[in-house]
Amino acid sequence: MHVASLSRLRVEESETESYQAELDKIISYMDILTSVDTANTPPTTYALPMENVFRDDVPKESLSRELALSNAPDEEDGYFKVPRVLEES
Amino acid sequence: MKLYFETVHGIHDKIVNKEIKAAEVAEAVVSRLEETEGKVGAYLDVESEKALNAAKLTDEKIAKGEPIGFLEGIPGAIKDNICTKGVKTTCASKILENFIPPYNATVIDKLTAANYAFLGKANMDEFAMGGSTENSAYKTTHNPWDIERVPGGSSGGSAAAVAAGSAYWALGSDTGGSIRQPASFCGVVGLKPTYGRVSRYGLVAYASSLDQIGPITRDVTDAANILNIIAGHDEMDSTSSKKTVPDFTKSLIKDVKGLKIGCPKEYFADGMDGETEKSVRDAIDALKAMGAEVVDISLPHTKYAISAYYLIAPAEAATNLQRYDGVSYGERVDGEDIVSLMTNTRTAKFGKEVKRRIMIGNYALSAGYYDAYYLKALKVRTLIKQDFEDAFKSVDIIATPTAPTPAFKIGEMADPLQMYLQDIYTVPINLAGVPGISVPCGFTKSNLPIGLQLIGRPLDEETVLRVAYAYEQAHDWKDKRAGGEA
Repeated sequence: MHVASLSRLRVEESETESYQAELDKIISYMDILTSVDTANTPPTTYALPMENVFRDDVPKESLSRELALSNAPDEEDGYFKVPRVLEES
Repeated sequence: MKLYFETVHGIHDKIVNKEIKAAEVAEAVVSRLEETEGKVGAYLDVESEKALNAAKLTDEKIAKGEPIGFLEGIPGAIKDNICTKGVKTTCASKILENFIPPYNATVIDKLTAANYAFLGKANMDEFAMGGSTENSAYKTTHNPWDIERVPGGSSGGSAAAVAAGSAYWALGSDTGGSIRQPASFCGVVGLKPTYGRVSRYGLVAYASSLDQIGPITRDVTDAANILNIIAGHDEMDSTSSKKTVPDFTKSLIKDVKGLKIGCPKEYFADGMDGETEKSVRDAIDALKAMGAEVVDISLPHTKYAISAYYLIAPAEAATNLQRYDGVSYGERVDGEDIVSLMTNTRTAKFGKEVKRRIMIGNYALSAGYYDAYYLKALKVRTLIKQDFEDAFKSVDIIATPTAPTPAFKIGEMADPLQMYLQDIYTVPINLAGVPGISVPCGFTKSNLPIGLQLIGRPLDEETVLRVAYAYEQAHDWKDKRAGGEA
């Protein structure tokens, strides 16, 4: 299932069938939208009128490094730590 | 009435008049919680000490003759997707099993400034995805009116706690009905404010264009008072409204004369429970008898709302939940490289419904399907919103059932699509961004609560509260409590 890998999820073989059946049923239900004429209808992303919101860029107190790292699964020297991303050349 | 079943305003008055001590108020709810929690399961975390300490401070202020605020010393529950600094916030998900927020949500800062008494974190559907609280990774919450039934969801723990007497009030969040539907199932009041009325900063995001925090209470007076505390613009949430926040308690007047109430035919459709329909129609007749004018209206795009919602909300969720990657916070399941670490983490720690919605969302957003699904849903959202704009040209309030049925049995809704269809009367309100409330309007023969939904114009919570209050005061549903006790 391509959409699972896009989602960084692994669907076990035993579950593939049930997920696929459920998702097919849900997506087929969505198809009633095709019967709506939206040729001249703009999309709505937010219900209330929205404009860009600006404010002065004034430095304020922010989270300390210690607090920001307090929930990290792994850290070293004040940084988040993950497995090596690039191979050594 | 038993102390733990009283309203916040009733208790507040008694504390101020020195008829009762805040310590007794807190002890009553803590012992009720200990007595009921094994059966109800409303909480993921109980902080009795914090509630008892807050009550002690309230009593000291009273002894010194100092004034106290509305919520002071009266313990309440907070849905577990609202960040509480230093107190675990899990969203009922395994992926946040040990997450301790380093900051407070804005609503928690506002409640703290109002010296609220924090009693604990309420159970919910994982990441607020569900309508029964069965999707919690930790426990099933039971409906206090019938322990074999669901409390609704996703704010099921919040509603169940208020109904069971194990909290005097609660906060929930509502993306597609998650405050109103559990309030309806549990026989309490649930208010979803206008999108933007209450800051979402520190509310763990599910679908950012739809999410809104609101109160779950025993009556409309308590809802208005709590909205007074939590509403208002916040520079940490750019989508929060800059419109002046009125004093919502001024809307608590027993008068609906001259108001026009719209009754949309699409909300009284086939498939609706007969007892629910009768109770809601009786409620609308009662408002008419009180002097409101009832008008038949049409919201013609209602039948497309579930499809639009279940594309837009999962698309936003798929994006929002990308952050749970096992890197900077939350749980991690190791892998040989960074991609397998992320995949292992998400596969092991997300529940089934969350995975389902992430996949629906990414499908709707993926190349080749974006226009047909996501963009189409956004256009249909415009039409649904226009339905409400057109209706509000001729009516002041729209009255509907909150849910098509009363609380269903635990395990009864095994099919995900069947569960989604239950949201038909609540999701259009989020898509349109307008305010809505659920107030109790009767009971089935088997003693299950039924909710009346009242919907208002954007930022007009005042009229919503006024009609809800006038209806509530003319009936005695507000005095009924779960378990036949009072």
